[in-house]
Amino acid sequence: MAQDDHSGTELAAADSSHAAQEFAGSTGTAVIPHDAFTNPGFEPHRPRVTDEDPKRQKRAQRTVYTLFYLSVLGSVWAIAAYMLFPIESNDVGAVRLNNMFVGLGIALALLGIGFGAVHWGKSLMTSAEAIDIRHPISGSQATQQGAVEVMQEADEESGFSRRTIIRNSLIGALLAVPLPAVVLFRGLAPQDQLPVELLSHTMWAQGTRLTLDPSGVPIKASDVTIGSAFHVIPEGLNDLEHGSRLEEKAKAAVLLMRLDPSELNEAPDRTSWSYDGIVAYSKICTHVGCPVALYEQHTHHLLCPCHQSQFDVANHCEVIFGPAKRPLPQLPIAVDDEGYLVAQSDFTEPVGPSFWERN
Amino acid sequence: MTTAPTQSPAPAKRTFTAAASEYVNDRTGLAVAIKGLGRKAFPDHWSFLLGEVALFSFIIILLSGTFLTFFFQASMASVHYDGSYVPLKGVEMSVAMASTLDISFDIRGGLFIRQMHHWAALLFVAAIGLHMLRVFFTGAFRKPREINWVFGFILFILAMAEGFTGYSLPDDLLSGNGLRIIDGMLKGMPIIGTWSSFLFFGGEFPGTAIVGRLYTLHILLLPALVVALIAVHVGYVFIHKHTQFAGPGREPTNSVGPPILPIYAAKAGGFMFLIWGVVSLIAALFTINPIWNYGPYDPSPVSAGTQPDWYIGFADGALRLIPPGWEFVWLDRTWSFNILVPLIAIGIFILLVVLYPFIEAWIKGDKREHHIADRPRNAPTRTAIGAAGVTFYAGLWAAASSDLIATHFHLTMEGVIHALQAIVIIGPIIAYFITKRVCLALQKKDREIVLHGYESGRIVKLPGGEFIEVHQPLDEYERWRLVSYNSYQPLMIRPNARGKITVGQRFRAGMSRWFFEDRIAPVTRGELEAAHSTQQHH
Amino acid sequence: MNRSKRRTGRRHPLATVALLALGLVFTGGAYAALNTGTAAQAEAEPTSQQTIDEGKKLFQANCATCHGLEAQGTGSGPSLIGVGAASVDFQVGTGRMPMQMQGPQAQQKPPQFTDEQVKQLAYYVASLGPGPDIPADHLVNGGGDAANGAELFRINCAMCHNVAGAGGALTEGKFAPPLTDVSGVHIYEAMVTGPQNMPVFNDLNITPEDKRDIITYLQYIQDNRSPGGFELGSLGPVAEGLFIWIFGLGAIVAITVWITAKSN
Repeated sequence: MAQDDHSGTELAAADSSHAAQEFAGSTGTAVIPHDAFTNPGFEPHRPRVTDEDPKRQKRAQRTVYTLFYLSVLGSVWAIAAYMLFPIESNDVGAVRLNNMFVGLGIALALLGIGFGAVHWGKSLMTSAEAIDIRHPISGSQATQQGAVEVMQEADEESGFSRRTIIRNSLIGALLAVPLPAVVLFRGLAPQDQLPVELLSHTMWAQGTRLTLDPSGVPIKASDVTIGSAFHVIPEGLNDLEHGSRLEEKAKAAVLLMRLDPSELNEAPDRTSWSYDGIVAYSKICTHVGCPVALYEQHTHHLLCPCHQSQFDVANHCEVIFGPAKRPLPQLPIAVDDEGYLVAQSDFTEPVGPSFWERN
Repeated sequence: MTTAPTQSPAPAKRTFTAAASEYVNDRTGLAVAIKGLGRKAFPDHWSFLLGEVALFSFIIILLSGTFLTFFFQASMASVHYDGSYVPLKGVEMSVAMASTLDISFDIRGGLFIRQMHHWAALLFVAAIGLHMLRVFFTGAFRKPREINWVFGFILFILAMAEGFTGYSLPDDLLSGNGLRIIDGMLKGMPIIGTWSSFLFFGGEFPGTAIVGRLYTLHILLLPALVVALIAVHVGYVFIHKHTQFAGPGREPTNSVGPPILPIYAAKAGGFMFLIWGVVSLIAALFTINPIWNYGPYDPSPVSAGTQPDWYIGFADGALRLIPPGWEFVWLDRTWSFNILVPLIAIGIFILLVVLYPFIEAWIKGDKREHHIADRPRNAPTRTAIGAAGVTFYAGLWAAASSDLIATHFHLTMEGVIHALQAIVIIGPIIAYFITKRVCLALQKKDREIVLHGYESGRIVKLPGGEFIEVHQPLDEYERWRLVSYNSYQPLMIRPNARGKITVGQRFRAGMSRWFFEDRIAPVTRGELEAAHSTQQHH
Repeated sequence: MNRSKRRTGRRHPLATVALLALGLVFTGGAYAALNTGTAAQAEAEPTSQQTIDEGKKLFQANCATCHGLEAQGTGSGPSLIGVGAASVDFQVGTGRMPMQMQGPQAQQKPPQFTDEQVKQLAYYVASLGPGPDIPADHLVNGGGDAANGAELFRINCAMCHNVAGAGGALTEGKFAPPLTDVSGVHIYEAMVTGPQNMPVFNDLNITPEDKRDIITYLQYIQDNRSPGGFELGSLGPVAEGLFIWIFGLGAIVAITVWITAKSN
């Protein structure tokens, strides 16, 4: 076989008959016609204008170094722009200018090098193609044989195949050793909590006032006019510290709406859950948990912007479109002595996305 | 450049380059590599550069990402923002969000690097996708490259994981809702779901752990895996040598193209700078992920048009396409098929993609090494399968923007969803048949051209009064490009040594019939001679 | 606007034009002469009987077909008694009314009346029953707290209108319109009146000062273009993804073709 490092302008067709032997292998269901065309060999080399015309060559050379100089200019400009366009004025426009001019300088610096180098390669470097000879990936027969021998000797010397009891006990030990590592990952979540327990309860309890998100101002029933939508959090949520506040809010967020009572189709066992057309529903989608907050006051549809599930507020938020299955859980509400809206209890079912243990 | 180690005294006149390279080589033995690789040929075709786009954008991601780590703080502790951006002043948010805002507004050039990082990430995954399509449609996954296809595929998955973890780090409203969806999907898994979510988030969603955990994955584990796999992947390209298209002088046993030194180095090196330049240009002029609009994550608000970055879109779209009601309580447990079905469908799709090279090899039974890239038309069934897969993916992908399609084309979102449901199911079948017919038609046209030449457009009148168009015959080089491919025939079922026809054999024969029933063989010398002789009879 | 409203669209499209022309012929001449004077007068004394009378004439010429001669409502349009001046100023001032064609929702179009005429219509309707008034200048001129406004906007508005006010889709072909280039007055009026399917945000839900803050935020993001450069419509990751595929990868593929093309 020919040497691997065929180089430069040598344009010889490979010795195909020899190669065919080396690459022998089943052709499967391929059809190899006996009178197939044979490779005509390389086309004659076609010179470029820059090879023949010294003027064109000069011009190409000029283009290349101009591009490299432009790149230098871009780098200098980027540094200058960094200083010329400060952003410490608290002004968004200044950031915009800084970003744009520093960026354009860097872009010019990079594109100058790129276009210059490629143009150099295309128009000025010798255009002849090189030829590599491929060898079968498997290597020569001798190499393969050698590798097999090494493995056999190693097996012989260690007794890996022979001493089955040692081998099998080692395999057993290796299988067992990652298990403690898996168990360690239990520590990713707190040891003293159970997810199902946490998912089943929210901050809402009997008498908890409905308050405005984010201010926490309590809401009177009379505030909620027909056609309104109030984004609601439980009273006391803002007193929690940041981390647990978000966790509680992720379960307790509620949307409060008032419809004309005649438009509400309430189940008999739930008529006491609303107050004069005012209804409160969990804002957390029963599909995968996005906030369902797009309320259409005339159609009474609620839409989830993430996966387009639609819920009909007039019919206990049953699903009318989209991938969700369960209606949004309703929060039973009442009015306290001072006229403020309060919860009658927690939600009667877990809110948010479905989970395995939910039933 | 290449100076072999030498014991003999140095020649009288030595250049500095020679001396320096000898110094280096005496200590590293690099001459072997340069001698071995420097003149290697790299076949030239525009589509062979797509993998490099991915590689070079990954380098941007590494460099710009390192810069960002100097300023980003992966903590979910709460602070009141006190930076330059007025509409967020005094707002309570996590340190992660505040530090990302500081990178954007209070560090000169920080926004540029952040935008470069994100744009390059989108480009990275897009380039991998396009590169995979090229490899698929040219059959460059065939022996001996099947395993490298698998490595490349794993890189694609890792790239998506890198992207998603990075997208979630600023702890803004958009990415927080993205994590919310991940939480919902985890919870929907049977048996392990609830606990997976609980462990992943370190307690209840959203918790205070997730950003720190994703950061470790994003800057340590995943990049290490990506770098290692890129090394393996590119290493195999050197071992296998690049495929090439059929052409005069191109044999299965050689590899023809510009040598690595100097032309390929100039072109590829220049190309690297060009990609960096294009990404810089985009980052300088186009906003990406304006977290200052989204604000800090809060479980109550959400924005219209909440979508993941494009490469996760197909999964989000799959969730959107499920009709209502696919969730049941059975055996006192909740079975969320509205989440499981999309996951299983995507899982099967992904499995088919990664296994395709092995399936095709099994059907063909062809054990030869293949170094000549197929023209897509010369493998009609494969190309048609690819088109079907692309249509399926595109349907899911489009579904992730169903709301934007509805508003921009004045359609109803319900109509868009129903149409996409149909496209995802019927579209691949239609795409399959159309593509297959188009491939076969193109192959027929090639045969026609080989047999009768190009239509020259020149009409001549024969002495007998007949008008004919003169056909320009092909030269042998052009002809070779059109005829040098293998066609395959359907497998004949034969009893095995024990006289039985196994089920596996029967299945393979069925698959083989499906693949190769319609086939157009390349023109042979005999056919060409026959065609010429009939033409002369005219 | 619900089902009953949609039927209004059945009118011949030219009918609106004819009605409008008629109205302009009757009233236009007088206003052209008095224009500057009445403008100042109307501001100073918005509910003067003359304004209301002019508004009534305009109403009967242009709106009564659907809403009834006394704005009591008909089968094709709801009663306007008690909707307030804010509602009329929003609906007519943004061109949504008079409605031109049937559709999922009334479309915004160039207003068909002068500001003057809009005010007259508004005060005529306001005189029929108490309702939200056109907001005072200090509530809509953007002098509030943008940070508070931004937070309230995210909680109450962004799910439909998008965090950057770019608009978004609703059910059955309806949509929440973009808020860019909408005046502060109209945004305020939309919040208090809840046009179309938008919920009402009364002063106990979002106080007038909070509304001012929301308007301040919207004006801030309108006056301060994105620091990162062109916004691509502020549509988020979908626009970014399309951009990188079409323009980013498109440019790079063009470069690969150039790199590998044989130079002549």
